[in-house]
Amino acid sequence: MTVTWQNVADGVALGAVYALMAVGIGLVFGVLRLVNFAYGQLIMAGAFALAISSQHGWPLWVGIVLCFATVLVLSIAMDYLVFRPLRGHSPAVMLVATFAVAFLLENGALLKFGSLGKIASSVASLNQPWTVGGVQIRKISIVAVIVTIVCLFLIYLLLERTEIGLHMRAASMDSSTARMLGVRANRVISLAVLLAGALAAIVAILLTVRTPLVTPTFALDDTIVVLAGVVVGGLNRPIPATLGGFAIGFANGFFGGVLPSNQSQYVPAFVFAAVVVVLLLRPNGLFDFSRNVERV
Amino acid sequence: MSRRLLSLQEVVVPALLVVAAALLGNLASASTQTYFTQTLFRVALVVALYVFIGNSGVLSFGHVAFVALGAWTAGVLTVPVAERSAIMPGLASFLAHRHVGNVTSLVLAAVVGAVGALVVGVPLMRLSGLAAGIATFAIFEITYNVLQYDGRIGPGLNTFSSVPETTGLLQAGVGATLCVLVAFAYSRSRFGRQLRSTREDAAAAGAVGISVYRQRLVAFVLSGALAGFAGGLYVHLFALNVNSVSLDLTFLSLAMLVVGGSGSLLGAVVGALGVSALDSWLSVAENGTSLFGWHINLPAGTDELVIGVLMAAVLILRPNGITGGREARLWPLPARSTLFRTRQTRVGEQP
Repeated sequence: MTVTWQNVADGVALGAVYALMAVGIGLVFGVLRLVNFAYGQLIMAGAFALAISSQHGWPLWVGIVLCFATVLVLSIAMDYLVFRPLRGHSPAVMLVATFAVAFLLENGALLKFGSLGKIASSVASLNQPWTVGGVQIRKISIVAVIVTIVCLFLIYLLLERTEIGLHMRAASMDSSTARMLGVRANRVISLAVLLAGALAAIVAILLTVRTPLVTPTFALDDTIVVLAGVVVGGLNRPIPATLGGFAIGFANGFFGGVLPSNQSQYVPAFVFAAVVVVLLLRPNGLFDFSRNVERV
Repeated sequence: MSRRLLSLQEVVVPALLVVAAALLGNLASASTQTYFTQTLFRVALVVALYVFIGNSGVLSFGHVAFVALGAWTAGVLTVPVAERSAIMPGLASFLAHRHVGNVTSLVLAAVVGAVGALVVGVPLMRLSGLAAGIATFAIFEITYNVLQYDGRIGPGLNTFSSVPETTGLLQAGVGATLCVLVAFAYSRSRFGRQLRSTREDAAAAGAVGISVYRQRLVAFVLSGALAGFAGGLYVHLFALNVNSVSLDLTFLSLAMLVVGGSGSLLGAVVGALGVSALDSWLSVAENGTSLFGWHINLPAGTDELVIGVLMAAVLILRPNGITGGREARLWPLPARSTLFRTRQTRVGEQP
């Protein structure tokens, strides 16, 4: 088992991307108490937009704009058609509903694009390695980390230093009291959904560098793993959720590269076993230190 | 007719629907019969889901794990010993030489499903709501991952061929009806009633001395047994591979339960029969069929898309499903004893 800097870099890069996904999922959960199982499909839609743009040979910026536009429109549609009618139902029902939407979108893409997928090659140049001090690190690893840090910092600024951010935090903690105090629920929810959508678009761009082939199941496995990571980290608060996403991304990226393939096949089983253990012993998550969850 | 006898319609109606589906399948051509048999397997699975999810109100995404365990048990033990090394070269020694008959394999499938559910349920039944959904989903993913790659307990990624295909309409029909009867017996028993009270108000149920944990565990184990049994039926239906017991089956079975109405046995049966009929018809249409003289050839994937849209629509518009959680009530039940019914005092009358 040889550990190289490449493995560490891969782990950190994947952790960064997963951290962004975790923030997207955590933001929506905070204001809606809804775990969006269909988040992966938003990423897939953005990736397909990139693929179509690169297939037509359009310049990179067109692809990126198209990606953002697709994901944001789809996010808003999901909010109006699915999230709003289901507000107030139990979280489990909402999980099943988003499950249905995820399934629906995956098969819609299968119908439109076929199972073979398309190639998104516009940003592929970032897959080239840089040689830093004799060690080869892919450019994308560094770009992913930088982009993640910038995004997380911007979101931190938004949540802590702006008024709408304050409203979002209030709505996350106690939505009915927040509404009584004048927080406009619809505005806060729309903002959370849009932010999550923007993050999904960024993740789509980063992931297409690692996996240029975009299929209807693009990012499905990643989403499931990120959900596991968010639950392990702590679903209720944004920082534990992000840490959980990063931790699981790092673990997956690192061990996936370091372990031989006959052992790394079982990494998902270990990851999910960790999820079960955490849900039983520390239901609020490993990195969260607040109240308790419903028990019998 | 007595109230007791009339209330049996709650089991007779679903059971008759199942039997009718089986008989209808008999009239169909040999190639379409597979769809009917598959529908009956799905009825068994959805009824198993209902036993836990419907009565407890707790979502479980993990029952397909028990289906897989049951299917693998029944399958591995019924493949003829001579052919085992061909498809399952790495099979563990205690499995490689044992062979059981058809009915024994089904019973063993149910037992393994029950044991699996017990092992999983003891720690997990303390959870509720979202945590339970995610934990059971994790259990499913673990089982799926292990079955994909472990050659010691099954074929791994290979197709599970050479399993004797004994599940025809008769076995599937009898199996599904049996599941319906067991589910009804459970829901009428003390255990079922106590569990349903925890669904309505867990705190109040706890206050009258019902152990929510214990009742959920009982239901979970029973539903695990039924799911394992359904898995046994499934493995004898046609050649499976590990993708047959994956997220797709999880989604489909939940969709059937939700669309039919998760709160009642009738909902489970109606949902399973209805959605499976739609799914089968759409599958056939993907290969080209004619409807009222129009030739229809749907592109691949329309099937699951329509089911997904249907499920999302039902969840949003009618969250309680088609039946709304109500049991079969074709004949109204007579009122209970009138011995202590008091007459309403009319205005001005002496009470």
